[in-house]
This record gives sequence, structure tokens and C-alpha cells, in this order.
Amino acid sequence: MSAIRTLLARPWIWSYIGALIVWLAAITFTGGYGAGGMITAALSLAVFMVIVGIGQMFVITLGPGNVDLSLPANIGLASAVAMKVMGGSNSMIAVGLIAALASGMAVGAFNYLLIRALRIPPIIATLSSSFIVLSIDIAYGRGLQIKPPPAFADFTNIQFFGVPILAIGGAIFAFLAGIALQRMIYGRSVLAIGQNMRAAWLAGIPVERIRFFTYTLSGALGGINGALLAGYFRGASVDIGNEYLLSSIAVVVIGGTSVAGGKANVPGIWGAALFLVLLLTMLNTFGVSAGVRLLLTGLIIVGVITAAGGQKALR
Amino acid sequence: MSSAASAETLSRSGFRSPAFARLLRALLPALSMTLILIAIAWLNPRAISYFGFSLMLNLAIPIALATIAQMFVITVNELDLSIGTFVGFVACVTATWLRDAPLLGIVVLLGSIGVYAALGALIHLRNLPSIVVTLGMSFVWQGLAILMLPKPGGKAPDWLQAFMSLKPPFVPFPIIAAIVIGLVVHFGLMRTSYGAVLRGTGGNAQAIRRAGWSILKTKVTMFALTGVFGVLSGMALVGITTSADANLGNGYTLLAIAGVILGGGEFVGGRVSPIGAVIGALTLALAASPLLTFMHIPPDWQVAANGAILIIVLAARALISRREGDR
Amino acid sequence: MSEGSPVIVKLDGVERHFGAVRALDGVDLVVGAGECVGLVGHNGAGKSTLMHILAGTGTPDRGTIAIGGTLETAYSVARAQKLGIRCVFQELSLCPNLTVTENTRISHAALKGPGWRQRSTALIRAKLDEIFPGHGIDPSDVVGDLAIGQRQMVEVARAFTVTDEPLRLVILDEPTSSLDAHTAGQLLAFIGRARQQGISTILISHVLGEILSTCDRVVVMRDGRVVASDTASSFDRDRLVGTMGGARHRDGDTATRARTRGQTPVKVRARPRNQQGSAELVAHAGEIIGLAGLAGHGQTRLLLDIYGASTHRRPGVEIDDPVALVAGDRQTDGIFPLWSIAQNIGIRSLAGLKRGWLLSAEREQALARAWQAKIGIRTPDLDNNILSLSGGNQQKVLFARALGSDARIILMDDPMRGVDIGTKLEVYDLIRAEAGKGRTFLWYTTEMDELSHCDHVYVFRNGRIVADLAHSELTEEKVIQSSFEEAGDRARERAS
Repeated sequence: MSAIRTLLARPWIWSYIGALIVWLAAITFTGGYGAGGMITAALSLAVFMVIVGIGQMFVITLGPGNVDLSLPANIGLASAVAMKVMGGSNSMIAVGLIAALASGMAVGAFNYLLIRALRIPPIIATLSSSFIVLSIDIAYGRGLQIKPPPAFADFTNIQFFGVPILAIGGAIFAFLAGIALQRMIYGRSVLAIGQNMRAAWLAGIPVERIRFFTYTLSGALGGINGALLAGYFRGASVDIGNEYLLSSIAVVVIGGTSVAGGKANVPGIWGAALFLVLLLTMLNTFGVSAGVRLLLTGLIIVGVITAAGGQKALR
Repeated sequence: MSSAASAETLSRSGFRSPAFARLLRALLPALSMTLILIAIAWLNPRAISYFGFSLMLNLAIPIALATIAQMFVITVNELDLSIGTFVGFVACVTATWLRDAPLLGIVVLLGSIGVYAALGALIHLRNLPSIVVTLGMSFVWQGLAILMLPKPGGKAPDWLQAFMSLKPPFVPFPIIAAIVIGLVVHFGLMRTSYGAVLRGTGGNAQAIRRAGWSILKTKVTMFALTGVFGVLSGMALVGITTSADANLGNGYTLLAIAGVILGGGEFVGGRVSPIGAVIGALTLALAASPLLTFMHIPPDWQVAANGAILIIVLAARALISRREGDR
Repeated sequence: MSEGSPVIVKLDGVERHFGAVRALDGVDLVVGAGECVGLVGHNGAGKSTLMHILAGTGTPDRGTIAIGGTLETAYSVARAQKLGIRCVFQELSLCPNLTVTENTRISHAALKGPGWRQRSTALIRAKLDEIFPGHGIDPSDVVGDLAIGQRQMVEVARAFTVTDEPLRLVILDEPTSSLDAHTAGQLLAFIGRARQQGISTILISHVLGEILSTCDRVVVMRDGRVVASDTASSFDRDRLVGTMGGARHRDGDTATRARTRGQTPVKVRARPRNQQGSAELVAHAGEIIGLAGLAGHGQTRLLLDIYGASTHRRPGVEIDDPVALVAGDRQTDGIFPLWSIAQNIGIRSLAGLKRGWLLSAEREQALARAWQAKIGIRTPDLDNNILSLSGGNQQKVLFARALGSDARIILMDDPMRGVDIGTKLEVYDLIRAEAGKGRTFLWYTTEMDELSHCDHVYVFRNGRIVADLAHSELTEEKVIQSSFEEAGDRARERAS
């Protein structure tokens, strides 16, 4: 009993409960038809949100005003880079992945450079760099019709007993990110900076190095995500990352991470991603229109933050 | 701090004085727009004409209005990530209900301003991060827009079309409109007595509260004003494009933020400039104008031009601030 | 003088609790019309809490407030304003993004409609001219551009402006702390003139001379109570200090430990940024070095420069060992409010808490427990949130964080602010013990008593070292003298 109570006291549990409810609602509607397939599909789509969500989580945890708005452009560019470097050839898969990673890291490092050198708020720095990255992507990826190498496309679609291999990888990655957050100096430093940057500096934390690393990490995860998305959807495109601007922030917030910084939650990101994807699945099975889907998604985000509420930064 | 600050005050009248740096910063938006204009004139002298400006600044009015809308919330240290989809929503309402059933259209538009006011109250009372609330609202507005107009279509009311395509003598309509918008908002926010209270909320909310003003009221006022200018922006946009699309305003969220910052505004501290914001919006409109194509800048790089301008202006401002003495 | 004149404010049995702490423990206070009341007391005596209650920004847990003879049941900021009670708080309450004129408008609801700007400008200009002739402030200046002393002048002048609401009482909480001697004198003279117009003032100041020369009556607070209230003429400096409970004469035990310098290697050598001449701060291993002078005269700045030099080289600063800093302003510089006590202690020592790649919870606990025992942090569980501790115990956590680390040089930024005397005595002992083990302490303090624990004291004024006193030559008079000497003309430029 007390075990349940401590479980319920954890903020992230609610995102899983929400995911479970929408799933049950969906399969009740279909009379149990496609219950497993729904989960498989949800896992495959949720993992992309989780990858960028974790990067965004570390960034948001750095404190008020920290957010990475360059993710969509970053993802788009990395998808193009990956496809071009792989060139449809199986032997180039690893090189392509590294190239996508490097592209993402470059975007992240550039973001940090703008923040540091121009002393501008991260939200504007990542916004301006996203404009530039977007243009590079449009110019670079023009008319890019390269398909991913067959082995790579197949890999992104492998399933074990209905569980996509990417979801397994995503779960392992989330586990490691959780360890890094709570049990490693890096995570502790991020949490400290998010609570009070000045106090963190005075407590001997290399604040700027940690911030640099965090923005680069977010960029790197965006890069990887771009490559994987291109593999999964069999081709790169400029707008392949568009939905991840809002959804990466949404999964972080619904997952119980504080927008005021200093408090993060990794398991909640998986729950929130499943919740958002299953919610869309449920609404699809109900046959509602795209407009209602968006409307409900928005109302739920507002509702969740209102319920969680009262945790804005003390400036 | 102490050494820099005292050296600063010793030479208060000189070029290093804060007042001078402030002046320089205030001129920066106009300066950056002038530079762009010079570049355009150099690359394509024909663009500097009545027709050229009308074309280049075609979409400047809705962008300027959306930027002003964003500026209001930024004044009280909040941010609106939903202004773009809100503009799209308003465009859809204008192109359908406002034309076919004007009364219903007016009620809906007024109601949406009410929603903005209510959001301001919610954000203040529950102490919520405005970024997340407005992020959620951006889905809501987009959803409503799609429900209303699943496919691009509708038609702007004739009076609106006629108004937006006015051709006044000598000075192109967008320039006149921009001047009017800038001056009206400047007067309202910078010159009126309640405007001082509204800006003070961004500067030192506690001081405003201690002086007996209601922060709830100032925040609600600012969010409502954001709604009002969002509505104006959507209507202006549809007046130009003549038909609507649920995604019409999506790019405006980021453009509006960029416009405020280009115009000399700051994210926190209630330091904004309405005239600067309008100039910032015009700069962005010029940078993204179709004329860039004639200027041998391929369309691919138009977005980058916006980003680059933003970065250059911010770099210049950082340089000025450094002169100001790390304050 | 208060006899006979009508009573403006009457507080009876006012109590205010913060958790278990009794900030106010039954305070009675009477202020008559045209009376200037001096309010003195040590840090944490309850002065500020009392003034917040009077200004309507705080509500008493018990007791009554009567203004002008009427009992106030629903007292608030708005009510206080309506009744003509103004307050100049220690934290500046101006909006930095607005002009002086606009800031004046903020505090006057009546300044509206056409022409409000002209009226507001005239109002504040007249008052500035009246109080601070030659102030050099233009009402169209943006407040953020003004020097801190000028902001203080604006704030004071604004409190004395009158539109349609009456002005009966102005509370001035340390109004001279950022003014130079000249402008402070102007202000004190003005208070005298305001008295004749029937405006009462409550003056809070650490500068006892100001209180004695300006006020009609002096109220002394200690531990949340009023311990004395008498005409100013019946007090002198010694009696005032004695009543505040601050005059514990130095005991022999600290005096005996004076040592000759230079027996141990130099660990810190630092020059303040705008120091003229050759003076610099020098600390040898095992020394406790005091940084004295009035608050905000560059002591913190120098400590931060020294701290910063541990990661980036800075001209004029040499350090020879790892550095840790004990913050004085716990909320902004010290604690991590979302974390447990143990996590707050361990953050400075993360590298030492690793087992393999990961941080070890046991090691963190062990470190925290060791220092809990050493420094006496009173808590049932080190996993409790840091905010569950009282202010004094939070401060002990910050000491534990620094002393538990590998740092050999400990910088202390007036860390005893608002800390109870019991905690202080414990920490003093600990500091001496650690210095005995060879650690070097740089201790900025605003309390005279604490300087007696130092081997060597540097006195700061206007961001510079102006005196350099060995333990044997240290007297309160010398410190005060160097802090104030010729603090006249240009001190307006002094920044925090």
C-alpha cells in the first residue's frame, strides 16, 4: 500500500497512467482490435520524441530561459546529411551516423557560442541559429531524393515480439541518461545550475563548461534523431523535424521536469511521449478530425501545466 | 562592478556614459534597417520606388502588428509562443464568419481577446511559465483554425481587402500604416500614465505592488492587448492574401519575437520600444521580401538572412553593452 | 516632545513569527506628530519586520495597529498609503527601466490624465531640489542609468512628495547607507525641517551619530522586543551600544593569540581593482584575515575576484591553493533550495564523492554526517530539504560545504548575517581550529566583534584598502575612523 503511495507521489507516474487510460479508451472503442499493434506503433513513434526530449530536458533543467528552439532545423539538416553521406550504400551507414552526429553537435556548439559570445538569451540564440541552419538545410538538401541504405531502413524497423529495436535502444538510452542526471557529476552540476547559477559557480561548478556540454548534447541528440527519422521514414526532408519543436518541450513538461529548472525527470519523458502518441492514436481511432486532435493536445498541455503549476522561477 | 560603475559615473557626460550607450542602442534598429535599404538600393536601384516599397513591404503590416502583440507580453517578462497560430486562427475567422456572418465573427474575435486576457490571469494567479501555457495554446488555436477551414480557402471581406490595398499618394500604404502603428502604441505604452505602470511591472513588479497597483490587472491588460493586436494582425494578413489558410501565421511566432529583439527590446526588465519593434518588423519583412530574389540571393537563403541580421544586430548590441560597463 | 503632540501611530503587543522564530515578540511603539524616532538594534533585532508591518507589507500574528487614534482592522499597503504612511525600504523599490518622473508617477495614483508627465516632473524636481540641492539628477533620467547613491536620493525624495493623499509618517530604513557624507547630511537636515511641518519620521540607521544628532527619541530593539525608549538627549553612544547588547568587551583569549606574520608561506596576494598606491591584501597560511569597513565598499568584490582567480587568471590576484567561498547572502549565493542537506554539503566535493564513474550516496552521507557532528547542524535527517533548517543552520551547511572540501583557502562573505549568537560562537571556534590546522581564512564582516578573531585586518573604503591593522593595533575606533575618514565629496560614485 505504501509502495503504491510512494509511486503515486512521483510526478512521472501520471504520464504513464494517462498513457494507459488513452490506450484503454482506444482499444475499448475498437473492441480490443489492434491493441498490440497500437503499442508497437506508439513505441516506434515515441522513441523519436524521447531522444530529443532528453536533450531538451537537460537544456531546460539549466534554468529559466534555457530552451533549444533549433531542434527542428537541426533534425532536418542532420537527416539530409545522413542520407547524403550514406548515399544509399550499406557500407557507409556508420559514417553517415557519425556525420549526422557531428552536424548536430556543430549546431549545438554554435548555439552555445551565440549565447556566450553575444550574451543573448538562449531562446533567441537558438532561434537565430535555427534560421541559419534551416537555410543551410534547404540549400544543401535541395531535391535530395536519396533513399536510406536498405540495411539502415530495415534496422530502424526491426521488432522483437512487437517491441521496436529503436524503442529498446531508447529505453537503454533513457536509463543511462537517468544515471547521468542523478549519479554523475555532470547531472548534479546541471541540476545545481538550474536552481541557482550564481550559487553553482560559487560552489565550484564549471558553469560554462557544463552549459556548453549541455547545448552540444542537445544538438547531438537532434542530429542522431534526424538520421534515425530519415531511416524510419525512408528519406530526408526539410520539415521532418518540425513537430519536434513543440513535442520536445511538451514531453519534458508533461513528464514532470520543472520549467523553472533544477528539477528533471527522465522516466516521465517516456511516459509523456507514449501519452502524446497514444492520445493521437486514440483520437484517430475515434475518427476525429485533425483540428480536434490539435485542440485536445493543446488543452491537455495547458491543463497539465495548470495542475502541476506554481513552480515558476524565483527571479 | 564598483570600479567600472564609478569610472562610468565619473564620465557621465562623455561618450562612455550610459545615456550615450542607450542612445546608440535606440538607434541600432533604425541603423540596421538603413543598412539593409542601402544594400537593396545598391543591388537594385529600381526597388527604391513607390512600387518597390509597396511590393517589398507587402507583408510588413501583419508582421509589425504581430510583433507589437508579442512586445506587450515581453514587456511584463512573459512570452507568447502561440501568436503565430493565433494570427492564423484570426485569419480563418475573418475569411469565413466575419464575411458571412459579421456579428458572429465579431463576437468570436472579441471572445478570443477575452481568452488572451484569461490566460494572463491564469498565468499570473497560478504562477505558470508562460512559455508552456502559450505552447499549449498554439495547438489550440491551430486546431480551431483547421476545424474552421480544413482546406485553404475563404475570402476576405471586401472592405478589408479594399482597405489593405489602399494606394495613397507619394507614400506607400505599408509605410504610413507602420508609422501610425508605431506612434499609436508608443503613445499608449510610453507616454500615458498607466503605460508607466504597465512597463514598471516588467521592471520591478514588487515595487509596483507595493505602490498599491494590481499586478493581476497589469498582466491581464497586457495579454488582452496582445490579443487585440493579434486580431489586427490576422485581419491585416487576410486583407492582403485575400484568402485564408490555417497555417498562414505559423511563421509569425518566431518572426515576432525576433522583431521585438531587433527593435531593441529585452526579454526581461520591461525594456521595450514600440517604434523599435515596428522597425524591427520592417527590417525582417525587407530581409524576407521577394525582392531578395532579384538581388541574387537565392530564396534558400532568405531565412538565413533573417537569422544573420538578428545575430549581427545582437552582436552590435552586445558590443555597446560592453562599452556600457558590464552592467 | 512626544508628550502633548497627537499620536500618529500606536502599535500594541505586535507579534510576528517565522516558523519557530519569533521575529517580533510583543512590540509596543508610539510615534507622535512631527516626531523623529530613531530605531536601532543589531542585525536580526526585528527592525525590518516591524517596519514592514507598519508599511502594510507584513501582517502581525497578534497585536493591534492604530493610526491617528483609529484602530485598523484590515491594514494593508493601500490603507497605509491612504493614511499617509510611506516607507523607503532597504531594497531599492524603484523600477530601473522607468525614468525618475515615471517612478514618481508609480507611487501617486493622482498623477494621471493629460499633463501628468509635467506635473510629476515638477513634483519630483522640486522635492529633490529641496532635500538634495545640487543633486545633478534630471527627472528624465532612466533610473537604471543612475549611480546607486542617486537612486537612493530619488527614492527618498519620492517618499516625501505629496499629491492628494496626506503625508504623515515616512519610514527611512538605512537611507544613508549608500549616500556620501554630504548628501547624508542634507537628508538629515531635511528630516529636521520636515518635523516642523508636522511630518513624522522613523529613522533606522547603523550610524549611531546620525540617530543621536537627528532624532527626538530613540527606540532600541533586541531579540524582537523594544528594550529601551527614551529621548535622544538621554543617550550617548556608549549607552546606546550597551543597550543594543553589542558591547561585549574583548576578552584576553583572542588577544593572546596575536602572532608575528610571515612565519608561514604567503597564500593569497590581491589588489583591489581601483587601488591606488601599493597597498594589497596578503594572507599567509593559517591566518585569519579580516576585511572591514562599511558594507558595500568593495570587500565582496575583492573576495569574488580572488574566487574567480581560482579558475581564470586575473591581474593583481595571486593564489596558491584551492579556494572555497562561504556565501553571506544564502538565498542568492548559497543554498540549492530543491536539494537535501546532504546534497547541499556535498556539491563542492563531487569529485571526492565518486566511486568509479558514479557518485556514491554513502560517501555523500558520510561527508555530511562527519560535518554535522563537527559543526552541529540540528536536523533529524540529513536527507531533509535544506529549507527545513533555520537560517543559522542553513549557514552552517554552507560552512560545512566549504570546510568539507579540499579548499585550503576559505573566503567568507559576511557569512554571519542574520545568524543567532549561539551559532556564531560555535562557528568562531571552528574557524580558529581550522586555521590552526593551516587553512587560510579571508573574512569580510560588518560586525566589529568578529574582527577581534582576525590576525590581521584590512579596512576598505570606496573599493580600496585604506588601512592595514595588525591584531595588536586593532581597535573599533581605528576601524571606524578609517571607514569614515574624508568620506565626503566623491563618495557618491561609490557603487555596491
